[in-house]
Amino acid sequence: MSDKAIGSDIVSAPIPVREILPWIIFGALMLLAIYFVGAEEGATSLIKGMYVHEWVHDSRHLLGFPCH
Amino acid sequence: MVRSLLIRGMLVGFVAGLLVFGFAKIFGEPQVDRAIAFETAMDDAKMKADAAKGIHDRPEPELVSRPMQASFGLLTGVMVYATAFGGLFALVFAFANGRATELGPRAVSALLALTGFVAFYMVPNLKYPANPPSVGHPDTITIRTELYFAMMALSIAAMAVAAVLRKRLAPKLGVWEAAIISGAVYIVAVMVVAAILPPINEVPSDFPAVVLWHFRVDSAAMQIIMWMVLGLGFGALTERSFIAKGLYRPRLTPALVWR
Ligand SMILES: [Zn+2]
Repeated sequence: MSDKAIGSDIVSAPIPVREILPWIIFGALMLLAIYFVGAEEGATSLIKGMYVHEWVHDSRHLLGFPCH
Repeated sequence: MVRSLLIRGMLVGFVAGLLVFGFAKIFGEPQVDRAIAFETAMDDAKMKADAAKGIHDRPEPELVSRPMQASFGLLTGVMVYATAFGGLFALVFAFANGRATELGPRAVSALLALTGFVAFYMVPNLKYPANPPSVGHPDTITIRTELYFAMMALSIAAMAVAAVLRKRLAPKLGVWEAAIISGAVYIVAVMVVAAILPPINEVPSDFPAVVLWHFRVDSAAMQIIMWMVLGLGFGALTERSFIAKGLYRPRLTPALVWR
């Protein structure tokens, strides 16, 4: 497309939404992983005990999540 | 297509996590240790005072030792966080590329990381800043967590609205005006939210200010490292792959054509 005006890139076509949708489940898994680092056994708890909280404790503070 | 973007995002996130861990280990951990030293001194003083009154407190049991928390614990948390954000980043990129702007994949990735940093971390942390251990009452953990996540969710929602607005305004007003106006809309929206949500200040009055400052700077630096690696690394790799597949053709030959 050498006749195309200078100054316009050939922008990649958007990926159809129906192609992206099935992957949303992975987005939910990512959010769950972030939840475990950020809030599990702090404000709320899916697993009993304090082990997850204590294990990721320093990263929870340094990543900006509320802790003790 | 989405699959390869997702895998790439998680890989770049993993690499970002290693760098963030290195920074956190060298610069962040000494601040955490100082904060814990402050906490221990407070606890000891309280225990002595209570013992004098005939009350005997028992120290909290330690499930994970400090050296473990500061090494493998920190590594786990940071790696899970950065890899997960890499995956999320890739999914948002899959949707935004070719939709949100007229820019090429590398620029979309860089802008996405910049807005991600602002919406996910910078703005929520201006309202509810990161705190080292011993700042914050255990009794208020629930409300503090709820408020922090509420601030984050509203900031992300406002950023999404601003992105849609920018796209709508651009053909009428031009790209600069559209970006400035939608940026201003985002700023005003999060200022209103921040003004409405209640303040939290649980910093003990004698907590060392320098430790608090360094801790917050280090926390912000960790996020900047992560988002920068995501935005620039993911963008470079994706643009290279798009050019190779004929999905994107830059108007100028890229300085860096990898084979
Ligand atoms: Zn803590």
